[in-house]
Amino acid sequence: MNFELTEERQMLQDTLRRFLRDRYDTATRNKILESDSGFSSDIWNELAELGVIGALFTEEQGGFGGKGFDIAVVFEELGRAGVVEPFLDTAVLAGGLIADLGNDDQQAHIEEIIGGGLQLAFAHGEPNSRYDLNRVNTSATVKGDEIVISGRKSVVINAENADMLVVSARESGGEYDADGISLFLVPKDAAGMTLQGYALLAGGRAAEVTFDDVTVPASARLGEAGKAAPAIETRTAYANVAQTAETLGAMETACRLTKDYMLQRKQFGRPIATFQALAHRMADLLIELEQARSAVILAAGHLESERGNRERNISATKNLIGRVGRLVGEESIQLHGGIAMTQEYELAHIAKRIVMADHRFGDVDHHLERFIELSAA
Amino acid sequence: MDLSYSDEEKAFRDEVRAFLDEKLPKDLQEKVRAGGDLQKDDMERWHAILNEKGWLAPNWPKKFGGAEWNAVQKHIFEEEAALAHAPRTVPFGLSMLAPVLQKFGSQEQCDYWLPRILSGEDWWCQGYSEPGAGSDLASLKTEAVLNDAGTHYIVNGQKTWTTLGQHANMIFCLVRTDKTVKQQEGISFLLIDMDTPGVEVRPIILLDGTHEVNEVWFTDVEVPVENLVGEENKGWTYAKYLLTHERTNIAGVGFSQAGLRAVKRIASQEMANGKPLIQNPHFAARVAQVEIDLMAMATTNLRIVSKAAAGTAPGVESSMLKVKGTIIRQEINDLARRAAGVFAMPFASEAIEGSNEALPDPLAAGPVASQYFNNRKLSIFGGSNEIQRSIIAKVTMGG
Ligand SMILES: Cc1cc2nc3c(=O)[nH]c(=O)nc-3n(C[C@H](O)[C@H](O)[C@H](O)COP(=O)(O)OP(=O)(O)OC[C@H]3O[C@@H](n4cnc5c(N)ncnc54)[C@H](O)[C@@H]3O)c2cc1C
Ligand SMILES: Cc1cc2nc3c(=O)[nH]c(=O)nc-3n(C[C@H](O)[C@H](O)[C@H](O)COP(=O)(O)OP(=O)(O)OC[C@H]3O[C@@H](n4cnc5c(N)ncnc54)[C@H](O)[C@@H]3O)c2cc1C
Repeated sequence: MNFELTEERQMLQDTLRRFLRDRYDTATRNKILESDSGFSSDIWNELAELGVIGALFTEEQGGFGGKGFDIAVVFEELGRAGVVEPFLDTAVLAGGLIADLGNDDQQAHIEEIIGGGLQLAFAHGEPNSRYDLNRVNTSATVKGDEIVISGRKSVVINAENADMLVVSARESGGEYDADGISLFLVPKDAAGMTLQGYALLAGGRAAEVTFDDVTVPASARLGEAGKAAPAIETRTAYANVAQTAETLGAMETACRLTKDYMLQRKQFGRPIATFQALAHRMADLLIELEQARSAVILAAGHLESERGNRERNISATKNLIGRVGRLVGEESIQLHGGIAMTQEYELAHIAKRIVMADHRFGDVDHHLERFIELSAA
Repeated sequence: MDLSYSDEEKAFRDEVRAFLDEKLPKDLQEKVRAGGDLQKDDMERWHAILNEKGWLAPNWPKKFGGAEWNAVQKHIFEEEAALAHAPRTVPFGLSMLAPVLQKFGSQEQCDYWLPRILSGEDWWCQGYSEPGAGSDLASLKTEAVLNDAGTHYIVNGQKTWTTLGQHANMIFCLVRTDKTVKQQEGISFLLIDMDTPGVEVRPIILLDGTHEVNEVWFTDVEVPVENLVGEENKGWTYAKYLLTHERTNIAGVGFSQAGLRAVKRIASQEMANGKPLIQNPHFAARVAQVEIDLMAMATTNLRIVSKAAAGTAPGVESSMLKVKGTIIRQEINDLARRAAGVFAMPFASEAIEGSNEALPDPLAAGPVASQYFNNRKLSIFGGSNEIQRSIIAKVTMGG
């Protein structure tokens, strides 16, 4: 057994942590949160230069990482600093799908993504799909050399900033079938595509995207017709590793802020950390934090396993992180008292990211049920 | 034992329902139901409607223009109002300051200030907490020194967390008037006109984007001695009396019931694997669990209410209601957030205030996550849940 990071990963972690400590303080982030685009292209480009995006792709794909632990290292640091820039959406999800399924022409985009020059979004969820990955109603119809897409996608993160969207649509099969789902690369300016954007509670922006007979060439399809479901599941597993690692980093920040505050805040003539009723709760948080770290290691370490094993670990991790996340989010606010409720205080943003992470790719209940199913199989 | 209301109480409930049905403006009702941010004139409009009926001040004696309801009547009204999605009345003047004036204030003070609360002429806010004085309220530092002529106090210091202070023209404050005695003994209760030179209000934005609380700064603010309530240095006694009033309706049974309905509504619209979420066994179990807790808590509340109606002042029970009531309300907020699934993610407050395009359905469930975060305050303010637990422990075990 060896739980140490490799030298390269350790270096990446150090560099990234130092950069974010210097360049991504609370005031900077609060400005970014309020900006129209919801992210900073300066930060994006600087992080791309540091190799952050390259670390999310394998060598064959043109990067220098791409394994579960590379993704976990990067996202833990992003989470620790409360970064809102859309690395997950552009690189892990949309970029990952292009890397997994794309032909040579499409693969050419990866270099651009790694360099920071391309923004992407993954338009998959729909009004009634909730967390079910196979429930796709948006339709794709072949008309000669072209494909016509119609339907609506919900809460598409980074859609407004994206140069291209990776869009899922059904070419055959019933509403809940895995078979029949395809993916298409749709440029931002495609006729018939409309976006209604809004800010997200935990930072960044998303949009409702409507496809009204959007026509793309047949060459826009990623991979084989109707066979995209396994890749979507795989990439969502990668996204879950990224997001649970990010939440772990954010939880470490929440616990650090809370601990520091409890030592410094005095009421009744002494630091509130000396009240046992509070100290024990901090101790519980630290116990759960260790559990969370182990859970992320489980997910990252099983990302390259066969499907059943991989997904069972992913669901276990997502369930545990969701539970611990709620506890850490709520307790860190409570232990602070009123100050934690103010928007400009760092913890407010961090707590929102921790709790709201449960609303992507399946919440605690969804993954509990999935874990039971996968365990029975 | 009889778990049902008396005929009189039932008749009263019917009267309240009929009133709400007829007089609660539909737009206000819809705004409250959707979790919208109530504006000043929304609240003033509802106060005026209640005042016209004589129901604005349920707990005041009739001689001051109150309804003089007993505890059961108050409870019935609060429950029905919450279920009908009526706005809450703003408590600072009505149920915090007024009881103090009625018990400790002078005749002149009652005659002058009480009618102005009912008419809406004054909007009061509460200036207790300070940056260094939260749970340990008695350590407050804002200072009031009588001038040489003995006509005015000169006030210096800072209050914080002042709820809705941005709308207020009056603030009741705890101030330090004697630094030489034990902390609790040197505090006075002062009424301050916020238009006086030297008063400055600065907004604090909460984590859900709302402007609900403020900082209030005092720099050499002159306050006429007539605005001292009761005796100098006796403010702590009045503050404690006020707190017992602040803690009425602390269980929030009506809000929890309305919240639970909202959870069920969202969960029957939101689909999970082709079925309404409410039919999902895990989600249904969570809802059932909190509903069971709420049923028992509503009964605990009624037990305490009927004791209070019989004339026994609630003691440690109000601390129990505060802790359990806020836990249940926060649990319900959590369920609403989960029920909305991915649609909890948008920052909905912009949309609700109409400053943005309306969000398409099913994003309309949006504000549930904001409410979840905003209601973290329930276990922090009005004496945090930790402080309540200490009270329960102290009363039951001494020490
Ligand atoms: C099945 C069993 C096997 C055991 N085997 C052995 C053995 O082989 N050899 C041996 O030497 N001993 C043994 N013990 C004894 C064991 O170590 C003691 O029970 C233990 O140290 C607790 O002491 P106590 O039971 O007197 O509880 P107490 O110390 O009286 O504690 C009572 C409660 O108060 C809490 N408490 C006490 N102090 C504090 C504090 N400062 N802050 C917060 N909470 C506090 C405790 O956590 C506990 O909940 C055994 C006990 C059991 C039950
Ligand atoms: C939204 C909001 C609105 C408010 N509105 C008003 C208002 O209108 N007017 C007003 O005057 N005040 C108002 N308050 C202030 C509120 O009363 C205080 O926040 C509250 O008293 C707690 O103080 P604090 O925030 O300074 O936390 P602290 O007292 O610093 O407490 C921090 C943590 O330590 C715990 N703690 C503190 N002491 C002990 C102890 N001895 N034992 C165990 N645990 C302890 C607390 O429970 C809390 O978890 C409001 C607060 C909020 C958040």
